[in-house]
Amino acid sequence: MRAARLPFLAIGQAAIEFLQLVGGVGFLLFDAMRQLRRTLIARRGRRLSWSNLWAQMNRVGIKSIPIVSLVLFCIGAILALQMAPILETFGMISSVADIISVAIFRELGPLVSAIVLTGFAGASIAAELGTMVVSEEVEALEAQAISPIRFLVVPRVLATTIMMICITVVGDLMGIFGGLTVSQIFLGVGYKQYQTRTFDILQLRDFMTGLIKAGVFGVLISALACYLGLSVRGGAQGVGLATTRTVVLTIVALIAVDLLFTAVFYGLGL
Amino acid sequence: MPDNIAIKVLDVTKRFNGRVVLDAIRLDVIRGQTLVILGGSGSGKSTLLRLMIGNEQADSGRIMIGGKDLRAMNEAELTRYRNNIGVLFQSGALFNSMTIADNVALPLRQHTDLPEHTIAIMVKIKLELMGLREHADKMPAELSGGMKKRAGLARAIALDPKILFYDEPSAGLDPVTSAQIDQLIIDLNRKLGVTSVVVTHEMDSAFRIGDRMVLLDRGKFIVSGTAQELRESTDPLVHQFVYGLTEGPLTDRRRDDGYEHDLLDS
Repeated sequence: MRAARLPFLAIGQAAIEFLQLVGGVGFLLFDAMRQLRRTLIARRGRRLSWSNLWAQMNRVGIKSIPIVSLVLFCIGAILALQMAPILETFGMISSVADIISVAIFRELGPLVSAIVLTGFAGASIAAELGTMVVSEEVEALEAQAISPIRFLVVPRVLATTIMMICITVVGDLMGIFGGLTVSQIFLGVGYKQYQTRTFDILQLRDFMTGLIKAGVFGVLISALACYLGLSVRGGAQGVGLATTRTVVLTIVALIAVDLLFTAVFYGLGL
Repeated sequence: MPDNIAIKVLDVTKRFNGRVVLDAIRLDVIRGQTLVILGGSGSGKSTLLRLMIGNEQADSGRIMIGGKDLRAMNEAELTRYRNNIGVLFQSGALFNSMTIADNVALPLRQHTDLPEHTIAIMVKIKLELMGLREHADKMPAELSGGMKKRAGLARAIALDPKILFYDEPSAGLDPVTSAQIDQLIIDLNRKLGVTSVVVTHEMDSAFRIGDRMVLLDRGKFIVSGTAQELRESTDPLVHQFVYGLTEGPLTDRRRDDGYEHDLLDS
């Protein structure tokens, strides 16, 4: 009887943990939004300084640009090579530009950039905040009446979101460039032809839906990392666990949210 | 609440995962005095300190600050209270990404409208008081354990608090550095009239700095009194703790913890 109940208990436990995570991240984001307004209009000392925001943007984003560029260049190239045999069969090899541009701008650009940024920004934010919890720094902030949400979470969420959008634009362009390079060298599609096809097929809404996704992914990566980092218990082991959980949970959450967005955009005809 | 009482702890109970960590604790922190909270590891003394600074909430009972329950304070009242206290954490809890000067300047930048040059002067004064002025531009990682504690203390007094809390101020320090920290605590108390609450298990340090002492054991209040009263106590538990004896109720408890049964069962 007891053994028969075990799977139900495990499912129940997992459901409770999932709801706790969603609730915790939701409350953190709500609090961050409330504090963001205060931070932007506060007096000098409490106001979010541009130097602090820039430092965070530099930390979470700038260093990930070469990696995102390389990964998306390769993905553009892979897509071109994968599509070539099928398109050649139908005599439509010049359509390679259509497929790559839509796939990269609408889907792969934001998603792949977000996954790379999860490794860069998410893991680093969770480890940093977790270490601050362990070394009593977060408690010291509270004891000094400095809100950790305002002081730590708001700049990180803002910086990650801004950088996520910027990195996606760079990633999109590199993906197109990867497809173009392969098309020109191996598939015999000329630069002019590739460019014309790309501009013909792409619409502003393809670009915008990709950027909306990128912004939401940025909020998701940073909010999960901040929540899991600030929830660290139990020393170095806890920090390691939070970092791993951040990367795994964020990737799962990104793909789930991506599916949701794609379904909504499809339903709205966007 | 009489005027001379800075903090009144009334029947405070705190549980973690169903385990009672503090059991109906009652004590008064007298204005201008240094109260030392003594107890072994796991006695609940650090939890009591966290409750008094508002970083944890009691499950029952009240902590009264100037006639107002800490738990019932709104955000603005809690901020005002916290601007009147300073806390020295066990590790110093300096912000590792900032220099020592920026650590001390942080509460001034966050809670005052002072211009940057005035803040710089105040930071220098606080650091000089702690003998750290020449280390202002160093990062916390470059400082020794004792210097980190002194830098943490400089940050704790940045806003000229009325009450200072110290969590294990001499833990992990050599005897000379430990005595220096004790002297700083005494100076702040005597010269600036600051009320101090010190959590420690080191008796030498407690006798040097404490006006009054409270002993906790496994979350329960055992005794309170002056250093002299604790030294002369006939209670075997107090006697063992104060003199650090290897025989007594604290060690007998370990012997009666069912070790033989545990061995025979396995």
